[in-house]
Amino acid sequence: MRALIPTWDWHTIFVAPWTTDFAIYGWIFLMGFLVCAACGLAGNYLILRRMALVGDAISHSVLPGLAIAFLAANAWRTGMAAEVNGMVDTGGQEPGMIHGFAMFTGAMVAGVVTTLMIEIIHKHTRIKQDAAIGITFSTLFALGVVLISVYADKVDLDADCVLHGEIAFVSIQPFFSLSGVEIAPASVVLMGLVAILTLGLIVVFYKELLVSSFDPGLASSMGIHAGFVHYALMCWLSVIVVSAFEAVGAILVIAMLILPGATASMLSTRFPVVLSLSLLHAAVSSILGLHLAIWLNSSTAGSMVVAGAGLFGLVWLFSPSQGLLRRWVWLRKNKRSALQAESLHPPYGC
Amino acid sequence: MTSDPNIEAVRSSSGPLSMRWTQGLSDAEIPLEIHDLTVAYHHKPVLYGVDLAIPPGKLIGVIGPNGAGKSTLIKSIMGLLPTDSGWVRLFGKPNKKNLGRVGYVPQRESVDWDFPVNVMDVVMMGRYGKLGLFRRPGKKDRSIAAACLEKVHMMPFADRQIANLSGGQQQRVFLARALAQESDLYLMDEPFAGVDAATESSIIDLLHTLRKEGKTILVVHHDLPTARNYFDMLILLNMRVVDFGPTKEVFTYEKLQKTYGGRLTILSEVADAVRQTKA
Repeated sequence: MRALIPTWDWHTIFVAPWTTDFAIYGWIFLMGFLVCAACGLAGNYLILRRMALVGDAISHSVLPGLAIAFLAANAWRTGMAAEVNGMVDTGGQEPGMIHGFAMFTGAMVAGVVTTLMIEIIHKHTRIKQDAAIGITFSTLFALGVVLISVYADKVDLDADCVLHGEIAFVSIQPFFSLSGVEIAPASVVLMGLVAILTLGLIVVFYKELLVSSFDPGLASSMGIHAGFVHYALMCWLSVIVVSAFEAVGAILVIAMLILPGATASMLSTRFPVVLSLSLLHAAVSSILGLHLAIWLNSSTAGSMVVAGAGLFGLVWLFSPSQGLLRRWVWLRKNKRSALQAESLHPPYGC
Repeated sequence: MTSDPNIEAVRSSSGPLSMRWTQGLSDAEIPLEIHDLTVAYHHKPVLYGVDLAIPPGKLIGVIGPNGAGKSTLIKSIMGLLPTDSGWVRLFGKPNKKNLGRVGYVPQRESVDWDFPVNVMDVVMMGRYGKLGLFRRPGKKDRSIAAACLEKVHMMPFADRQIANLSGGQQQRVFLARALAQESDLYLMDEPFAGVDAATESSIIDLLHTLRKEGKTILVVHHDLPTARNYFDMLILLNMRVVDFGPTKEVFTYEKLQKTYGGRLTILSEVADAVRQTKA
């Protein structure tokens, strides 16, 4: 039994990551936080629009988009190189740029195609939306797997990495440098940009996103095109998913999309507060997850999600307005007239 | 604006009866004008060749049996549904260009009441249309929203999460939101559904106040006996406009029978209602 529990060493688990090993773990924490924050912020809108499963679908179906984008970028590059007869050195920075650009375009196209496919199946057949989602994402994901295995030599994607990613690699990545000054690992910089842009878009388009999520009819009457907002959201979601891919993989992205928002929504009924709380959830779950991963010597992203789920469980128990504990205390207090009174004053959010 | 030959043709012809109440008004004075509107779901028409022109400053009820297309009519006026033919004009302009002058009260079930917003947030949404992109609601918007909440007696609940309201209170929040839109034409889809008697009469008072201010109000209504007392004019709808005119002229046994067809239970209700009118 003892062998099943890894040794507990306070110093290695809790002190070292923030002191001697900060150069490694600092970046891992930051990356984890940025992924959770970007996913969590966007995920709030998925929850409000009852589209949590669409997030799931998109995180899977970006795969064929990525594979096709890689193939296209390769073809374009070799084509260009052939045209100029090998006079251009295609090594160095350039291919990375092309691939990076292709990757995001591919992901966005895949995101929109997924959303469109779900809607077309849902609207033109008798198949309901959840089944349509099931059909769409499994088909597209399978297509991606086929493409990757057929063109394994040309597509620099590892199916294993696509599924669960590895966040620990960020610390050994080449640094992104601006005019000679090394700033941060390249993927941290990218994820940071995506997270900041996500926050920025939410702040700038707060009204439009809120009203089109709450009442699409009212939104359209105000000249806010609900359909456009929907597809824009899906596009941006694909960008977030693709940037988070490398670090946490397709499966864990889903958890990170939904957990922060779901936890926060049990603590507040004001949307701005819910948004801030989901950021807090992102920070706490990435710190706890990091320590858990060091202790168990396990997958960091996996541990972060486990920590996030743990927070969700705690909040479910102890939430001051909707927690199980509060409900239990309330029922005990009002034992005699519990059933009667519950119909008058529901114990949720009094 | 009167140069559109189509519209002129419609209006100059003796035309459908439903167009006769706006004769002599200019385009911009007519809050709502519908011509040959057909809307179909899955190739089955719900509205068929609807012609309608509504005079300003009236409180108008839309009545008809279930599935008559009452909600569809409201939604098509709002441009929320694809139409198969015809056009809708608001104050002389195509509906999509003039929705800013329309306040909309959807059916209560059409939104998720667990949404993390409070009463004030919902009413504030009514101001978003006036704000446009990038502008945030300011002091003026907040005071307007507060005044609208006051009008529906919901100010004490301003900070309440919307799930913790009764049906009648939720309906009043929607009304306050429509008021905050400061529109000239109001479209309300069953505002009295699932509402207690006190709320119903306070909503009616509010609608009368709005009419006094010169607003036009179109209300989808389900309950025949009260329809007679609430509205200045009635639109009898069953896929087509059966009749449109002042309540006294339209609320007759023959016309209601024509609208409701052979639905016996409703017909006896109609008979009762008409008998009460005569008494």
